[in-house]
Amino acid sequence: MHNYLDFEKPISDLEGKILELKKLAGEDESVNTSDEIERLETRVRDAMVEIYSKLTPWQKTQVARHPQRPHFLDYAAELFTEFTPLAGDRNFANDDAIQAGLARFRGMPVAVLGQEKGNDTKSRIKHNFGSPRPEGYRKAIRVMEMADRFSLPLITLVDTAGAYPGVGAEERGQAEAIARSTEMCLNVRVPIVTVVIGEGGSGGAIAIATGNRVYMLEHAIYSVISPEGAASILWRDSTRAKEAASNMKITSEDLKALGVIDGIIPEPVGGAHRDPNAVISRTGTVIADALKELSGRNGDQLRTDRRQKYLNIGRNL
Amino acid sequence: MNWITNYVRPKINSMLGRREVPENLWIKCPETGEMVFHRDLEENKWVIPQSGFHMKMPAKARLKDLFDGGIYEALPQPKVAQDPLKFRDSKKYVDRLRDSRTKTELEDTIVAGLGRVQGVKLVAVVHEFNFIGGSLGMAAGEAIIKAFEKAIAEKCPLVIFPASGGARMQEGILSLMQLPRTTVAVNLLKEAGLPYIVVLTNPTTGGVTASYAMLGDIHMAEPGAEIGFAGKRVIEQTLREKLPEGFQTSEYLLEHGMVDMVVKRHDLPATLARVLKILMKKPAEASKLNGGTQPAALPVAASA
Repeated sequence: MHNYLDFEKPISDLEGKILELKKLAGEDESVNTSDEIERLETRVRDAMVEIYSKLTPWQKTQVARHPQRPHFLDYAAELFTEFTPLAGDRNFANDDAIQAGLARFRGMPVAVLGQEKGNDTKSRIKHNFGSPRPEGYRKAIRVMEMADRFSLPLITLVDTAGAYPGVGAEERGQAEAIARSTEMCLNVRVPIVTVVIGEGGSGGAIAIATGNRVYMLEHAIYSVISPEGAASILWRDSTRAKEAASNMKITSEDLKALGVIDGIIPEPVGGAHRDPNAVISRTGTVIADALKELSGRNGDQLRTDRRQKYLNIGRNL
Repeated sequence: MNWITNYVRPKINSMLGRREVPENLWIKCPETGEMVFHRDLEENKWVIPQSGFHMKMPAKARLKDLFDGGIYEALPQPKVAQDPLKFRDSKKYVDRLRDSRTKTELEDTIVAGLGRVQGVKLVAVVHEFNFIGGSLGMAAGEAIIKAFEKAIAEKCPLVIFPASGGARMQEGILSLMQLPRTTVAVNLLKEAGLPYIVVLTNPTTGGVTASYAMLGDIHMAEPGAEIGFAGKRVIEQTLREKLPEGFQTSEYLLEHGMVDMVVKRHDLPATLARVLKILMKKPAEASKLNGGTQPAALPVAASA
């Protein structure tokens, strides 16, 4: 069963008709529906192209959060071999909202990091809906430090609504954990390639997102605060999230124009969830090209370049 | 009322360019309700004399109070792009900026200076909370980076006094980018072998806490300051339960290991100077070495 977003009504109507016709054809073989189905499928494609070519920032937010959108573990399964997840911060707990581990990417030993949101109720709870606690960031710090020591290129896939707001998280130093993780991500002397695959939610995202190269999927969003949060703070009315989404400039195109990201990875028509394999494979190509481009530089240079990249952001606007 | 107050004093003030401060300004202690005359409050470093409640302190007053003799070199305000998002919420961001500039007579939230605190040369960076809630945007980020560069060039420590609601939402993603940008600056200072001290003041929350405010070599906090990452309202809504007593206060953070010490405003200069002299391997005060009130006449490596 496909989950349709509210603005996908024309698509869901057409696909509903196709399903009906197919069912009818299955029941009564004398009815020839193939021409009609073909006609409807063309209309579905046209409608999708039409709708997805001009998504509003709020609609993109909905696509970025689509429950069937491929998440970290879907990418890990396709992009890496020998993916070996590592657990725990060696201090308090393991946080499954952050996935971290060792792997081979096209044969090359790498370290990988990212937030995982989960894809059904059980796994969403296990991964805390992709909102990490301090332990998650401290695990990230551990793995980044190890990547640095063993000269393993680091691939980070960002997908979180934000770090978890809870009493325990605050008591154990959520802010400190994020600050240290950002610091480590800026300091390692290995190439870092970052892709925002869904939501890049504020400090919870930036903690693992300061790559030498940073990309966004076409319909991903990256923001200082969720549109709902901005609406509730700035307008004192969380129902104005649509307006906040537009005003805050959170789309891949906006961020490219502002010089915050290096490139945009196109999504299949209808969003990443319509063809996960295609988008994951494109992402793999982009990561491979970026790592190749960065491969000639030594550690100190990679760190200096990364720092300068961030110092320069906003200076030429 | 006589001709001196009615005629001579205004005349002198207008000649000296002094601004007339309303005489009848009383300030209420948020804790005890006690009323304090504004001059008494200012003379007591914005600490309510009886209750000891630490009120927010204006940024420039903070610098003046901190540095020996009130003397310091003000660091310039770097120019940055204004309102690149063309942002508007209930008000245009450019109007909000203009109003804050008029109100505070500052370019943006960061005020920084180079001077001496009990003889120790340092760069101090202060957030003016009255400037859009002390929020961290491009101007603040750039000012902080420049202040760190100044400290590195002067080979002196940097002390920062955050007072901020967090990232400046009106600058969207560009405000989030100030987290890594300032973090780079902190690390350049650390690599230069210079101390970085954070004095957390009321309030320090959000993106500011999640970057330079939690990366100090030493974290001090003023009594009763609100310090946290997520807002209380957000946490309450997520958990649907009441928060523990004293949650996200300086004392609570001390108990949970996030700050080294809670320091009263009156004790700050001495505490900063003592710690910095040890870190910088500078000799202690001569008076204390020669058996002052403290018997701690420890042998000190005099390798300044």
